[in-house]
Amino acid sequence: MEHYHMNLNLKVWRQKNSNTKGDFKTYQVKNISSEMSFLEMFDVLNEQLISEGEEPVAFDHDCREGICGMCSMYINGKPHGPWQANTTCQLHMRAFKDGDTIVVEPWRANAFPVIKDLTVDRTSFDRIIQAGGYISVNTGNAVDGNALPINKDNADNSFAAAMCIGCGACVAACKNSSAMLFLSAKVSHLALLPQGEPERKTRVLNMVAQMDKEGFGACTNTGACEATCPKEISLTNIARLNAEYLSASLSAEK
Amino acid sequence: MTWKQVFTSSVGKKLVMGLTGISLVLFLIVHAGINACVFADLADPNENGEMFNKAAHFMGSTVLIRIMEIGLFAGIILHIFQGYLLTLENKQKRAVGYAVTYKDGSKWYSRSMGLLGTLILIFLVLHLYHFWVSARFTHEGLAPVTYNGVEMHNMFALMQATFTEWWIIGVYTAGCISLAYHLAHGFQSAFRTLGVHNKRYTTLLTSVGYAYSIIIALAFILMPLSFKLGWIG
Repeated sequence: MEHYHMNLNLKVWRQKNSNTKGDFKTYQVKNISSEMSFLEMFDVLNEQLISEGEEPVAFDHDCREGICGMCSMYINGKPHGPWQANTTCQLHMRAFKDGDTIVVEPWRANAFPVIKDLTVDRTSFDRIIQAGGYISVNTGNAVDGNALPINKDNADNSFAAAMCIGCGACVAACKNSSAMLFLSAKVSHLALLPQGEPERKTRVLNMVAQMDKEGFGACTNTGACEATCPKEISLTNIARLNAEYLSASLSAEK
Repeated sequence: MTWKQVFTSSVGKKLVMGLTGISLVLFLIVHAGINACVFADLADPNENGEMFNKAAHFMGSTVLIRIMEIGLFAGIILHIFQGYLLTLENKQKRAVGYAVTYKDGSKWYSRSMGLLGTLILIFLVLHLYHFWVSARFTHEGLAPVTYNGVEMHNMFALMQATFTEWWIIGVYTAGCISLAYHLAHGFQSAFRTLGVHNKRYTTLLTSVGYAYSIIIALAFILMPLSFKLGWIG
């Protein structure tokens, strides 16, 4: 692949904290290598800002290899930028060309309030997980992994759902700011396995209740979440969540 | 887990939309089927809407259908109110919007169900005024017609009289096109909301949904157009 350098115009959302109103600031970065990652380009911008005596842009990042779910930029109108099945940290500058203007915004949802600049508070996801995204296991010797027969299709579907890294791109992409793709991945992951069976009903009811409490919207099946998900979590999981919810609420004891 | 909690949760609210939506989908099949009787006139020009008038008379003269009519209106009203409520609520979940909107990941009509629904509602008001109000209450423009000694409303003649102006044909066509797009998303979305997730069904339902949307809309568009162009009547 051809290696080239580019100069870029960046329109970046700057916001001091959650109590202040933010706005866009325009910056120029020069001589950016096409082999840099998007976050490395932001590192260059921040070095530049620091040397000019300005506040660097706050953004979330951790592993920078596409598996932790921390990075969260909304780039040119799409969460995680223009590439399919990709996180911001794995987006590389060869996706852009010399002279491009790139608009970078934080995830937008009431349930994800901006902490600073491009960093948003995603602890609402943690609280949804705490409401039921777990299984209870007694302490003692580890059980032989092969002792429990599991249907191959269920195991595969469960694994595909477990790929969710909880980055929140689904919420950012959804016109309703719905967290249904995230929630459905977590519910499907456990509902498809025998280990998830004991808490199956309470899990889905409690997690949906917590999701509503956090202020996420309702799902209208537009599919924007699936299209932008870096881990390609399927919309089918949402339908499965609906089935789980319906069955749990119809068969609830009280 | 009270029933109230079930139906007021985000999933439960969608469930109400899906259930009422599917009942309206079933109603449209009956509506299109009964109204398609006007096309009997194509085969026999002396028919003059006899088959349609008889079918319409049957629909208006059975107690069971009258009870179903109440259910239908309850369903429509619930679908409209819940739809607007959900659209409004969902919109409020993002107080600060994006500078650049994400459009590539979803179809425009799936994002515009509220707008399409509103267009259908505007059409529906005119449509109910034209036929339902007249047939049930005012009997305005309705002449009696007698078949085998049974007197009934000549709904066929009312249709013929209504579909004489192009603007009415235009509103009906626009209403049906809105309906087609509303159904193209709504049909398969309703089943997903009800929890249908097996691939063999979702694939089938998506195809059936598209076919249903096109056939229903075309059937309804053809009726006013056929009267206006003199193909029937």
